[in-house]
Amino acid sequence: MSQYVFLFLSLLSVLCALSVIFAKNPIHSVLFLILCFFSIAGHYVLLNAQFLAIVHIIVYSGAIMVLFLFTVMLLNLNSTTEAHKPIAVKFAAVLSGGALMLVLLASFKTAEVHVATGAADMKMGLVKNLGQVLFKEFVLPFEISSILFIAAMVGAVILAKKELN
Amino acid sequence: MEAVSETMRTVPLNWYLYLSTVLFSIGVAGVLLRRNAIVIFMSIELMLNSVNLLLAAFSAYSNNPTGQVFVFFIMVVAAAEVAVGLAILVMIYRNSKTTDINSLNNLKW
Repeated sequence: MSQYVFLFLSLLSVLCALSVIFAKNPIHSVLFLILCFFSIAGHYVLLNAQFLAIVHIIVYSGAIMVLFLFTVMLLNLNSTTEAHKPIAVKFAAVLSGGALMLVLLASFKTAEVHVATGAADMKMGLVKNLGQVLFKEFVLPFEISSILFIAAMVGAVILAKKELN
Repeated sequence: MEAVSETMRTVPLNWYLYLSTVLFSIGVAGVLLRRNAIVIFMSIELMLNSVNLLLAAFSAYSNNPTGQVFVFFIMVVAAAEVAVGLAILVMIYRNSKTTDINSLNNLKW
């Protein structure tokens, strides 16, 4: 049963990802990317990472994509202002992307992946367990990432501010 | 909860490897294919997400929560990157009235 869910979610995410890069209108790209993020959140739920799924929906679909959507609307981008590369360059781009995919798939086909034996910890992806790990082993990186965040926010405000002169 | 343990029995870890590879390659192709800087940003997000998915899959299959904490940090970095990147894009648009990367060649030697 769950492999059908996996296949459905994978198909959805791959199709949405393809639509993102092939859509003519940037607004459609944003909307397809939101759909793709939701399907990836579904994958997280399948993987028993419930906290990650919720954070993914809040951060990506809630914050980042709203930022993208606002920027696309502020800049008034649509399919008429969209510039296109020559058809030969497009063909080369698709070909090189496909070649990269082939090489990676071929190398992963023979890869031996380590899977833990024994019963899986069903509570691993919940807030309690992840919070314990985050605030015990990774408390310094956590605090440093908050500094990174505040630097990014200040930088964004300064960059986007109109110069007064 | 029972359905969750069923996932790990019925879906091999290699399938997640393949799915992440496909998503990452689509992101790479998007960066090469498009000229609009915002769509290129979205393709980069796609690549980051494929890596996140693979990290979460490895974390779940090897029964180790560290991978999920890593995904958390990658999300933080991605959010910071998008905030700064979109601010730069807005500034570029204000100065040159376009987000076409072909016209942004001032730093080209």
